[in-house]
Amino acid sequence: MGLLSKKDTKLITDPLADNNPITIQVLGICSALAITAELKASIVMSIAVLFVLGVGNVVISLMRNIIPSKIRIIVQLIVVATLVIIVDLILKAFAYELSKTLSVFVGLIITNCIIMGRFEAFALANGPWRSFLDGIGNSLGYAVILIIVGFFRELLGSGSLLGIKVLGDPIEKTGVYAFGYENNGFMLLAPMALITVGIIIWVQRSRNEALIEDN
Amino acid sequence: MATNTDKNLYTVLFATGMVIIVGALLAFLASSLKEKIAENKRIEKQQNILYAMGINENDESSVEFVSKDIVGEEFSKYITKQLVITGTDVVEDNNAYLIDLKKEEAESKAKKRARRLPLFIGNKDNTDFYIIPVRGKGLWDAIWGYVAVNSDLVVQGVYFDHKGETPGLGSNIKERFFMDDFKGEHIVDGDTFKGITAAKGNADPKNTNKTDFEVDAIAGATITGDGLSAMLKKDLKMYMPYLKTLKQ
Repeated sequence: MGLLSKKDTKLITDPLADNNPITIQVLGICSALAITAELKASIVMSIAVLFVLGVGNVVISLMRNIIPSKIRIIVQLIVVATLVIIVDLILKAFAYELSKTLSVFVGLIITNCIIMGRFEAFALANGPWRSFLDGIGNSLGYAVILIIVGFFRELLGSGSLLGIKVLGDPIEKTGVYAFGYENNGFMLLAPMALITVGIIIWVQRSRNEALIEDN
Repeated sequence: MATNTDKNLYTVLFATGMVIIVGALLAFLASSLKEKIAENKRIEKQQNILYAMGINENDESSVEFVSKDIVGEEFSKYITKQLVITGTDVVEDNNAYLIDLKKEEAESKAKKRARRLPLFIGNKDNTDFYIIPVRGKGLWDAIWGYVAVNSDLVVQGVYFDHKGETPGLGSNIKERFFMDDFKGEHIVDGDTFKGITAAKGNADPKNTNKTDFEVDAIAGATITGDGLSAMLKKDLKMYMPYLKTLKQ
């Protein structure tokens, strides 16, 4: 990559695997549980977080020298809440249909700990460009896990992907259902998202021993 | 850095300044976009009402409303009458669809007066549709919708929507597979009002039995489903005195 220095490239690639916000930093678990019952919801949430974290990190980074440290968490909250509300209002006025799809995510974005976590851990100490890259990298890392979890939960729970019945019709008993296969309703419930994330963490750590903590 | 950002005075001033700037920005944005948002909501209501009586651009499995540009025309073409029912009093009101159900419920309770109930009468291919707006509680927030029945009180179509149900679970009440199940369901058994229940584990997943007052519930969305059943029971019941007069 000619555009980015080696150090900058790491900001994007690290969170995708070895420093993944969900599996390694364990941030953003709540939203990963809440909205991964369907692949489509996972994708929408990923895009929304990509936008908010990218812009939010830049704003916080630009303000980093004037934010009083005693109230920095409140300032971060205000920045992210303002951003989300502005986007929500503009969508409601100019892209109403899109805003209907996103409305349920608004609360989940504001309270997403990845956003606060990256503000606090990175944007407060780094320049705008690096903060922007960090924001993009971390939201992509978040997206990867969300999409993997959403993929398995929708496939095993509803037998479909993006709403398309890829395994056949469970009611008409076509496709794999003709052989007695049943959807696993458990996959639709939040605990199974946690277990799926757990399996991903297990696989990831068993492949890379450097990630295993000593105890 | 010259300024000491740890000083109390600086902190207080910063906080004050930030609140004023953010407050002003949001207030300005909200008030300048207010009309446009209200207009979008009005159009949406018309689209929802038409959707319930089967005027939509659905293909195989999607939910498509009539387009924004023609919805006004279509609405005046298909919705022949709008009524406001107050007790036994029935008056025509061409803006009945603008009645805010939430406000109306709160106001009628506070002032201890009878509730004004909007009802929309549509006509398509010489069949009359009676479209009833409903509103209730889901798991997280409000859910609402429109139920279209014919003069035999058999459901012809529904539209449901929600404010914040869980994506992929409760939010599926606005998906075709759920809404289409209501078509053909009865809401009365002879003279007794029954409503429609989103029932778990009923023995009829294909929904071939249309007189069991049940549709198949959504897996993983029990509370949204219960809220929806309660909403249908409560709100449709309020219209029964009027709807019963149709059946003769």
